Amino acid sequence: MSNRLMLPVSRRALLTGAAGAATLAVAPALRSPAIAQNAPLKVGLMLPYTGTYAKLGKFIDDGFRLYVAQKGGKLGGREITFVQVDDESKPEAGTDNMNRLVGREKADVVVGTVHSGVAMAMVKVARDTKTLLIIPNAGANDATGPACAPNIFRSSFSNWQPNFPMGKVMYDAGHRNVATITWKYAAGAEQMGAFKEGFTALGGKVVEELTLPFPEVEFQALITRIASLKPDAVHAFFAGGGAVKFVKDYAAAGLGKTIPLYGSGFLTDGTLEAQGAAADGLKTTLHYADNLDNPANVAFLKAFKDKTGNVGDIYAVQGYDAAALLDAGMTAVGGDDKARDKMIAAMGAAKIDSPRGPLSFNKAHNPIQNIYLREVRNGRNEFVSIAQKDVDDPARGCKLA
Amino acid sequence: MDLVTFGVQLLNAIQYGMVLFLVASGLTLVFGILGVINLAHGAFYMLGAYLAYWIAAYTGNFWIAMAAGVAIAFVVGLLLESVFIRRLYGRDHLAQVLLSFGLILVIDEFREIAFGKDVHSVAPPAWLAGSIQLTDNLSYPVYRLAICVFCLVVAALIFLVITRTKIGMIVRAGAENREMTRVLGIKFDVVNRYVFAVGIALAALGGIVIAPISTVFPGMGDGMLILSFVVVVLGGIGSVAGAAVGALLIGLTDTFGKVFFPSVSSILIYVLMAAVLLWRPNGILGRREV
Repeated sequence: MSNRLMLPVSRRALLTGAAGAATLAVAPALRSPAIAQNAPLKVGLMLPYTGTYAKLGKFIDDGFRLYVAQKGGKLGGREITFVQVDDESKPEAGTDNMNRLVGREKADVVVGTVHSGVAMAMVKVARDTKTLLIIPNAGANDATGPACAPNIFRSSFSNWQPNFPMGKVMYDAGHRNVATITWKYAAGAEQMGAFKEGFTALGGKVVEELTLPFPEVEFQALITRIASLKPDAVHAFFAGGGAVKFVKDYAAAGLGKTIPLYGSGFLTDGTLEAQGAAADGLKTTLHYADNLDNPANVAFLKAFKDKTGNVGDIYAVQGYDAAALLDAGMTAVGGDDKARDKMIAAMGAAKIDSPRGPLSFNKAHNPIQNIYLREVRNGRNEFVSIAQKDVDDPARGCKLA
Repeated sequence: MDLVTFGVQLLNAIQYGMVLFLVASGLTLVFGILGVINLAHGAFYMLGAYLAYWIAAYTGNFWIAMAAGVAIAFVVGLLLESVFIRRLYGRDHLAQVLLSFGLILVIDEFREIAFGKDVHSVAPPAWLAGSIQLTDNLSYPVYRLAICVFCLVVAALIFLVITRTKIGMIVRAGAENREMTRVLGIKFDVVNRYVFAVGIALAALGGIVIAPISTVFPGMGDGMLILSFVVVVLGGIGSVAGAAVGALLIGLTDTFGKVFFPSVSSILIYVLMAAVLLWRPNGILGRREV
């Protein structure tokens, strides 16, 4: 309780720290005149540092910097400097912010972002300017689908990935008639679509696809609808405040006893404290679980805690892996990012021992990774089993051979 | 849809309408009596919810959180009125929109510094925490029913104060003819101050009461602000009874819209508003301008 009430202090400290880090990062760039090979590689971090997704942005930033710090501030022998831009999760400012990083700041690589709308604006600029872009969260299928490009990578997931395996999980649990519920917007449609694909392929039936306008949180009418439909189970996707309210409303309606609730992993990630006992026993699928017992994860969580004082999560892992991916490319070319083709080939072929488990990349540069079934216990998303091994996104519409 | 499910949905609709009324009543008072468009109404709703979370976390008692939260909001309302809002009376709406929009930004920033941006939840009082079994698989939280009763009590109180007390008489007179009320030697400015503070306190009270069934999160006031304006315009600006009718209509439209016409549910309440305004341009219980 007390540490929650001390939030203001830690936040101010955090801002001071971030400002300090930013100053330190920019200073060497100003001192050393540009001799192309020896000048540091400039990484542009375009993340939400304020607004709803600020915490996610900070964890991605921390994860990325942790990896670089572990390598002594160098990737492939080349020093790394940072320049950061707050994208505020505003799609309308996405193109301008990205152009600023690429044009005025002359960033060699851009890492960003959380919000899919902003990320798609960044993808467009990256395609036009051939800037190397690594997406550390945004799950829009299109980024590694129709809009895929050699210079665009993703270290996180596509919306398709965590949901497709849920079809098998729920079918194997004996559920045949399932209702889905989500917000009526692109991410919701992509996530529920992937679940439906996996579930109906096995012979399951989606009896009703319930939606409500984004970001509305008045669920009561639809919860009553679920009660009268009496499906075998429900699969849901919401995030942030909406996820908390939905999970609590569902539990308060007593539905969990007869109609078990499942979810895309985002339903329970980052907001478990507020969901409290209502979330206990909730099963979700995602490419990470809080207590994954592999050496890489144990080492990562310890290092992250030592450096930032926080408990690492999936967002920190995605930032950490974005740096590992860049490292794979930089190491292959000995720090010379002008050897672009060789660098991209090495990144595409990278095999990363990620805290989330083995991580490699498909032709469209989207991760191939395990999707885990987790259950909420002790206020954490604890590992239950591997829902599906080495899940590869179908990358529909991508023309990269 | 069988009769029982229909009954439950009706209950959902009424309960949602009650909540909307509680929040919108403060807005219609400020809008109707002071003539001030207060865009920051939703921000005070959010602030109330955060105060409830914060005070309840300290004291562990929801009722203390409610009393203290409303008191704080009331005092803030008094201060704001005497420093800023009173300069707005009689100004055009653009100045009011500008100032109250600025207030939203300031309140949001304050919330961020004081409470952070995490999502929180608030526990209802223990004796209201249970639920009632409605159908074979659906139960209904007692707290939601308690909200209905509470909102009815608040509505009755507002109604009694406005129609049966001297203060109510002054308020009504001032809304009718500001200058004449002043000429009669009534300290109308002081009454204004209290009306505004009550409006803010009602917004915060809405946030506090809803906190246990909703969650407390940064953007929670935005949607509520728009809905509150729809309620006020629908019911007739300044009419508390109109706000009650408008809120119930919206509760019904939204709930049954989601059930019967899910693909267009997001626009149904605006269709309703447009239809009502075509029929009665001043709202359902709004008075015609003379």
